[in-house]
Amino acid sequence: MSKFIAIMYQWLEERFHLSKAVEFMNKKYVPVHRHSVWYYFGGVSLFLFIVQVITGILLLMYYKSGEDQAFESIHFIMSKVQFGWLIRSIHSWAANLFILAIMIHMFSVYFERAYRKPRELTWLSGMLMLFIAMTFGFSGYLLPWNEVSYFATKVGTDIAGVIPVIGEPMLIFLRGGEDVTGATLSRFFGLHVAILPVAFSLILGIHLLFVQVQGMSTPIHMQHLKESEIKKMPFFPNFVLRDLLLWLIVLNILAILAVFFPWELGNKADPFLPAPAGIKPEWYFLFMFQTLKYIPGHILFIDGELFGILMFGVGGLLWMMVPFWDRESSQGKINKKVSYFGLFIVAFIITLTIIGWLA
Amino acid sequence: MPAVSDPNVQKDKRDFLRYFLIGGVTAWFAAVIYPIISYLKPPQQAEVIVKSVKAGKIADFANDTGTIIKFGNKPVLLVRNAKGEFKAFSATCTHLDCTVQYRNDFGLIWCACHNGKYDLNGKNVSGPPPRPLEVYEVAIQGDEVLVHKS
Repeated sequence: MSKFIAIMYQWLEERFHLSKAVEFMNKKYVPVHRHSVWYYFGGVSLFLFIVQVITGILLLMYYKSGEDQAFESIHFIMSKVQFGWLIRSIHSWAANLFILAIMIHMFSVYFERAYRKPRELTWLSGMLMLFIAMTFGFSGYLLPWNEVSYFATKVGTDIAGVIPVIGEPMLIFLRGGEDVTGATLSRFFGLHVAILPVAFSLILGIHLLFVQVQGMSTPIHMQHLKESEIKKMPFFPNFVLRDLLLWLIVLNILAILAVFFPWELGNKADPFLPAPAGIKPEWYFLFMFQTLKYIPGHILFIDGELFGILMFGVGGLLWMMVPFWDRESSQGKINKKVSYFGLFIVAFIITLTIIGWLA
Repeated sequence: MPAVSDPNVQKDKRDFLRYFLIGGVTAWFAAVIYPIISYLKPPQQAEVIVKSVKAGKIADFANDTGTIIKFGNKPVLLVRNAKGEFKAFSATCTHLDCTVQYRNDFGLIWCACHNGKYDLNGKNVSGPPPRPLEVYEVAIQGDEVLVHKS
């Protein structure tokens, strides 16, 4: 077997000069310090994306889009197709863990100031991927065409419609008409299985390329150390093997969640039934949902909902632009303002999420 | 007539080619993008304009209850209060488009999405809704309940 692999390697080496890539990998090191554990969450996010692609393709074999078929086809997958319940449950759980992993990755990068020069574009591409991942979640949520997803889509798209000038055409564009109907379902389906996967994969490729070219960021407090004083671990095989071990652990967690807490389907959407009591969006939208409950109808001269959206828009933009307003970190200094802003955002998200969850 | 090798003529030629290329590429992009954007705009479809619907017989609606009825493709909330009077409102919450319901324990119209509340005149009285619900007229014809758009 090993002889066969050696022959194959030689065959490929003659054509593609694989030794250059191996040489590059051999020279790549990962810094070792007390915060190294956070490096692994990017890899976990990547793994969960791979899980989503595989389970998503499997679901596509049976899923049917359309008001009259979507709910029934998921019901069919869960009740008739062998292991259909498992595939669907894994897809739903992995979607949530995927966003959780991206968020942990993002917050660790933020608090480590790993976005500082020269990694501004790596941060921006990561933020773009978080945005796409949330759009993935939002569009995928509607596909079973159940009660909660129907109203979540009504609220979510209506929020887009509140934006001045572009809101109304955007709402029509998103819904494929004035109301959430089968046309919305078709659009969301196309977005979920074609447009978003392509967009995400492209940005992911760029993001990984940046990481490979620039290497891992070291914390600010290690910046003054000489190259020889920084403890390092070879990327291959040491870091890669640790990464793979963690992927295996995540896969086990995923399997436990999917088997013991199978994702429910709920009731089929009916546009002529009121929104059910206790309706909530997915946990990653919960803090925004809960905030919107507290904002009164009017604040000064503007509608409360528009005020809320502007507030989240400005907050999100500030967050995304942190590599450009936090100049101190790039100069090797710790910027306290960044820490306070980050802690405030984390506390706000956690508090509102818990209140929303308990409400 | 200036010679072709004249630097000014060369520059003019280069400028002409540059503008020609930029213009061509822009026009090409516009020709590709415009049909795509137009395609994504959902076409206007003829809708049956509904002015009045029969909601059902009076006896179908118990006192102190609310029922969602189909008014064309829009949901309308028909409330019969404790005294037996009928009132009808658009069932679409003015906050973020959820469908409201009558809660007899509150004696109010309630939206489950963001806890918005309206009184039995459709007025927004609590929570985030910015405007009252649209009011529909109710008429009784024999033992039938009819709902009209005001």
